[in-house]
Amino acid sequence: MTEDPGKFAKVLIIQLLPGTQGLYGLLIGFITLSKIGVLGGGLADLSVQTGLLILAACLPIGVVGLLSAIAQGKTAAAAIGIVAKKPDQFGKAMLFPAMVETYAILALLISFLAVSGIQV
Amino acid sequence: MAVLKMQRISICALKKDRKAILEKLQSMGVLEVNHILEEDEDFHKMDTVGKKQGFEKAAASVDQSLDILERYAPEDKSMFAALEGKKLISVDEGMKVQEERRDLLRTAKQIYDLDREHAEQLASVTKLANSIESLAPWLALDVPLKVMKTERTVFFPGTMPGGTTAEKVYEILSEKAPDAESADVHIISQEQSTVYLAVICLREEAGAVEDALRSEGFARPSQSWDGVPAREKERLEQKIAECRDNISEIEEKIKALASERERLKIVADYYRVRADKYEVLGTLPQSERTFVISGYIPAAVADKTADYLMKKYDCMADVEELQEDEEPPVILKNNPFSANMEGVVESYGLPVKGEIDPTTIMSFFYVFFFGMMLSDAAYGVIVSIVCGILVLKFPRMSQGMKKSLKLFFYCGLSTIVWGVLFGGYFGNIVDIVTGKFFGTTITPPALWFVPLNEPMKLLLYSLLFGVIHLFTGLAIKGYLCIRDGKIMDFFCDVVLWFMLLIGLILMLLPSDLFASIAQMEIVFPGWLNTLAKALAIIGAVGIVLMSGRSNKNPALRIALGAYDLYNITGWLSDVLSYSRLLALGLATGVIASVINQMGSMLPNNVIGIIFFILIFIVGHSMNLAINLLGAYVHTNRLQFVEFFGKFYEGGGRPFHPFRENTKYAEIKEETLS
Repeated sequence: MTEDPGKFAKVLIIQLLPGTQGLYGLLIGFITLSKIGVLGGGLADLSVQTGLLILAACLPIGVVGLLSAIAQGKTAAAAIGIVAKKPDQFGKAMLFPAMVETYAILALLISFLAVSGIQV
Repeated sequence: MAVLKMQRISICALKKDRKAILEKLQSMGVLEVNHILEEDEDFHKMDTVGKKQGFEKAAASVDQSLDILERYAPEDKSMFAALEGKKLISVDEGMKVQEERRDLLRTAKQIYDLDREHAEQLASVTKLANSIESLAPWLALDVPLKVMKTERTVFFPGTMPGGTTAEKVYEILSEKAPDAESADVHIISQEQSTVYLAVICLREEAGAVEDALRSEGFARPSQSWDGVPAREKERLEQKIAECRDNISEIEEKIKALASERERLKIVADYYRVRADKYEVLGTLPQSERTFVISGYIPAAVADKTADYLMKKYDCMADVEELQEDEEPPVILKNNPFSANMEGVVESYGLPVKGEIDPTTIMSFFYVFFFGMMLSDAAYGVIVSIVCGILVLKFPRMSQGMKKSLKLFFYCGLSTIVWGVLFGGYFGNIVDIVTGKFFGTTITPPALWFVPLNEPMKLLLYSLLFGVIHLFTGLAIKGYLCIRDGKIMDFFCDVVLWFMLLIGLILMLLPSDLFASIAQMEIVFPGWLNTLAKALAIIGAVGIVLMSGRSNKNPALRIALGAYDLYNITGWLSDVLSYSRLLALGLATGVIASVINQMGSMLPNNVIGIIFFILIFIVGHSMNLAINLLGAYVHTNRLQFVEFFGKFYEGGGRPFHPFRENTKYAEIKEETLS
């Protein structure tokens, strides 16, 4: 961007990609919170066991999301480097961070299924 | 759904028509220059490097002057200037500018020189301002700021470290220069770190006094002035005022020249086009009276172009088929709907010789998956309407941008469909609003089912769509094998895998594992179960035996086959990859309902409603933006990795025709009809 501000749009898109992983965490958090009643509705009465189950259910997206997002951040920075040198390779460059996001999506899925399946 | 057929056209014409023919070809823009005739004793290439550089320099200097103009008199550009495309001018306008080009070049140089002077004046102002600042502490001095001598005394000003008072100075003097009794010290001004003073003493003692003071940190001022500081300051300020007048005069002059901006743009384009032409000219083999130009041209216009040229000019134009091993550039041609996805294929890589153009098939899957991921009818409406309006309002926007906007338009339509199927309208806003303000909760019915309530069902359908997508990819590979006559490859790579995969799926469906995930029991008749097992076993064995068939060594062959069978995990991961359809679809809906819930937490009065609307607008725009980006990226990824990975490699060369590559304006041209 310092050399060619015209690439701003492309660079911005690549830079925004890791942000989606935070979103997944928000999603699971919201589902969990509404499930146990913190968000709207009365606070449910949970046994320690259920509480631990919920914690375990949220761990996949929490841990994987964090690690994957860090990795995706590095990939996105490298992708920006590709666009800086060859702006027409934008499509392929954008693909690399998206590949890294696969694990976050799988973790999101598992957390979602797990949290939904817990009986509160 | 095709790659345009390319042919080679070779034109041999008289030099006297060279300029006309070249310019005609350039304005038509259908030929990519590619020579096969090298220099020999009859044909030589002209050296045009000098001329070309001349034109490029001219174009660059006009561009530079346009930038300068932009700084002083910025154009009133609307936000949508990028969409407006290049200005359309008539042939006459173009000719007029061409005639006046030398004047315009002079204007450009004038602008550049004025700008340089402007910069110089600004620099002077800064220098003068710095000098004034350095004078500031000395303003109280009413004699010139320099060392002055009279017959018997010496006056020298200077600085000492902060905190020095007159008494201290006398102390130092009595310590270090006890014989100097005549020194008289005046403190002019004090700052935190420096004290400014002036010392007068007898000439004989000047040296001793100065040395004594120096040992305590005395220093002469950095600059001496011939006049009294206050008057010097006035003088400098006057000079600054002069400079500023000059500056505004220059600015006015430049602004006045801004009226030439349009014509400068046209002339810059003119020089660019000439530079391109001279570049091509430099590659043409020419004999004493003729020249040859040859290149790739789409078959559809080849004959027409040849006929036109032969009729209008004395020349010979030959259209011929391409050689076996030639790699022509690639132009894609598709139906109006799929054409918009060509950009996606281009960013991955155009098809090489022998590959098919995947655009049409991919386009259907593209909008299908995109809609599934964005899955909110209201968002789809917004996206479609915005894109539709932009495309209609700016008919002259660049081709690439138009294709992108139309792509999003169709994706928006698909999103509307999926939104209606899933019952998402700004998330669950209808529920919230009716529940909060009207007491009763009305839920708009989903035509199919609500993902949030039945996620597993959506997961299964996502995986199902994924399997369909992947099988389509594999089928295309099979078609390519048959088309190329590689029956063995077709059988081993495609059919065996189909058998294995279908067999495995049929085995999986009635199993307990599936029943627990899908919460439904599928029972197959006995024969189907046996068939499934048979298929799977034959497929697996076949792959193990045949995958390494290019190797003679039987042990290696089996080993490679087993390794290839391991690719079954690759297939598993590919299918699972489609679970992102569920994930992203859910993400949109859940975040939308979060926003709605946040808005609804406010009390039911006027302020609450205002904040609700605010949160609604801000939150949903953000949600739309982020999920639009996510849907775009992940749809692209599914096509590129899972789909293309089965049958497509890309790497073709795009078509770069010899044409008028203008930046600002386009001439309304006569088309070849």
